[in-house]
Amino acid sequence: MAAPTERPFEIVARDDYSDVTYMLEIRHPLMARAARAGQFVIVMEHPHGERIPLTLADFDPEAGTITLVIQAVGKTTREMQQNCRVGTHLYAVTGPMGIPSHIGKARRVVCVGGGLGVAPVFPQARAYARNGTAVVGVVGYRNRDLVFWDERFRSVCDEVIVCTDDGSAGIKGLVTEGLKQAIARYPDIDEVIAIGPPIMMKACAEVTRPHKIRTMVSLNPVMVDGTGMCGGCRVKIGEGIKFACVDGPDFDAHQVDFDDLMARLARFRPEEQAALRKWEESCRLHAAAEASDRY
Amino acid sequence: MPEQAPAERACNFHEVAIGYSVQDALREAERCLQCPDEPCVRGCPVGIDIPAFIQKIADKHYRGAYDVITDTNLLPAVCGRVCPQESQCEGVCTVGDTLEPVAIGRLERFVGDMAIRDGWVNRPYVEPSGFKVGIVGSGPSGMACAADMAKAGCEVVVFEAFHEPGGVLKYGIPDFRLPNSVVDVEIDKLRALGVRFECNTLVGRLFTIEQMLTEMGFHAVFIGTGAGYPSFMGIPGESLNGVLSANELLTRCNLMRARDFPNFDTPLAPGRRVAVIGAGNTAMDALRVSLRLGADEVHCIYRRSKTEAPARAEEIHHAEEEGIRFHWLTSPVEVLGDDRKKVRGLRCQKMELGEPDASGRRRPVPMPGSEFEFQCDSVVYAIGTNANPILGQTSKLKLDKRGYIATDENLAASIAGVWAGGDIVTGAATVIEAMGAGRKAARAMKAWLGLRDSDVVYAAPPASERRFGFAAGEHGYARVHLG
Repeated sequence: MAAPTERPFEIVARDDYSDVTYMLEIRHPLMARAARAGQFVIVMEHPHGERIPLTLADFDPEAGTITLVIQAVGKTTREMQQNCRVGTHLYAVTGPMGIPSHIGKARRVVCVGGGLGVAPVFPQARAYARNGTAVVGVVGYRNRDLVFWDERFRSVCDEVIVCTDDGSAGIKGLVTEGLKQAIARYPDIDEVIAIGPPIMMKACAEVTRPHKIRTMVSLNPVMVDGTGMCGGCRVKIGEGIKFACVDGPDFDAHQVDFDDLMARLARFRPEEQAALRKWEESCRLHAAAEASDRY
Repeated sequence: MPEQAPAERACNFHEVAIGYSVQDALREAERCLQCPDEPCVRGCPVGIDIPAFIQKIADKHYRGAYDVITDTNLLPAVCGRVCPQESQCEGVCTVGDTLEPVAIGRLERFVGDMAIRDGWVNRPYVEPSGFKVGIVGSGPSGMACAADMAKAGCEVVVFEAFHEPGGVLKYGIPDFRLPNSVVDVEIDKLRALGVRFECNTLVGRLFTIEQMLTEMGFHAVFIGTGAGYPSFMGIPGESLNGVLSANELLTRCNLMRARDFPNFDTPLAPGRRVAVIGAGNTAMDALRVSLRLGADEVHCIYRRSKTEAPARAEEIHHAEEEGIRFHWLTSPVEVLGDDRKKVRGLRCQKMELGEPDASGRRRPVPMPGSEFEFQCDSVVYAIGTNANPILGQTSKLKLDKRGYIATDENLAASIAGVWAGGDIVTGAATVIEAMGAGRKAARAMKAWLGLRDSDVVYAAPPASERRFGFAAGEHGYARVHLG
């Protein structure tokens, strides 16, 4: 446990990969030791904040830190992008949550990452590599300037297929293109792990379905507690309902009702937009106040 | 008991029951007969010495009354507000045989509130015993167990998954029934006893119960994680936007302060016409919270009749006064949505009561041809909960067939050194029952560790229970690690 006088959840490293994607490395020795691939944390930036789930992109038991890679899309993630500098502290970081990914005996797996690039699927790739499985990585970016963690990913993959929208790096196309190439090239793929925006995970599931390749996805519904007591994260799997936070977040992609997930992700769209507008307005006012102070 | 007027209180989250003045309390305390039978003490799940504390109030020794209560129950300001006294102490009061029972709960609350107002803290000197006890969950059962073990000289650490301690007292019970500020004061009293709270700690995942005993130096562990996994009915339309569990509604509103969005970041999107399914205390809380969040109409849908409703009569009464509409003998069949996947209504059917079921209550039976559509934009499920799965997934603890933690009659779980109590053992119940379980487990834990209470006279055990010439209660225990 951290020494009683130390403030918890200190940010020890920060990196910006683009104007929307950034990385935070947080000191949490206990969680660094306990975390496993596929798990996530729930974070509150400050006491008035909301609780948001973020995938564990890396964890280092020796350094005693966990790493989150975050996309600034709404009020909370944008506010964190602005405020979370090295030396600052988050108000609450709880985890590791969720059932760890099952890293089984496989000859070869394909790890597909989109949206946040390779970050959410890196722990699975590394765990499979350590187990002796051949790992094919497929990762998508808008263009070559946005590529990050390239060396890190290549260190655990036998092959990496980079996909860019404009073809400036790797092949031109979405990650589904890269996935199709991998399936065409390798007949011994036992499992595909695809993590990214729901529309991407759904598309990957449809690529693998005719080949009957086991495909695991990590679902990201809206969450509050993350401990299974509110049911807000319920998802339709096959004929039943599961809670992504305690029954997941990994599920068999061919059983997931992605349309239902995407509809439920829009639950608070009006409130999210209002919060973002208010945040942008307060940023403008702050900037104007600072400019006039300097006068 | 002075209360806020219904029309006024339906718009705010301030407490409904304003509380006794000193005159009210003295007048009520005089009504107690101090009868020799004391049925109230037996009626209390934790056995508070009720006649003693009422006598202290009548003698105007309010601090003394507080001492008597806190000898047994650490949270008088909490229990005085939320206990179902009418089925416990007040339900068996001797005075209640002929007149209104003595208002024991209100007197307890009076004392608890005075303690808060005047900052009374009972901080006894306690000799450290050298044992370290871990408590999983900072709800009422964990808090009660923590207090007893702290008073026995143990180093006590309470682990809480949320960012604030209090459990259901904070996230579940709304401010107008139990203010979160009252919960915080009671928690500070535990800190004054030496109890340490570690929030943002998800036991089971951050570390396991087994690790607590083997690596982290805990000699005994109590599990009070609650039973929060909400139930849904499995009818069509439950994943439409606008359908949520009462737990989610209450957590967003009470703990995350979504009612003050956007000053607090958690959104809620409360409905204008809300239907709550269920008629327990959680349903009453969900109904009255929805009203205060600005709903034009709030409806309660319950498949049995008013007499079978599990909620406290006082809460149903308050809800009715506030203008909430009740639809008894009604059950939902399908949640109806619009083309944007939002709730637009509920198709229900009328029920009639048939033969009794396993709970002893008459089973509701659908009346054919009675289906009707009910317009609403939010549906809240308050039909019960199941066991939280995390500890079952992460430890070798034996569970019963419904997934709750299996315990013996002393609340000992299947791993040596581990006890469990409250909703995670019994299923959803009340705050005072959870506290009673925490105290019962503490008694067993103290016996196991070899700690004896200085104010208890222990009966000599029979000769058959002596081992090696020592009475069973005199044994000390040492943990031996092999290999």
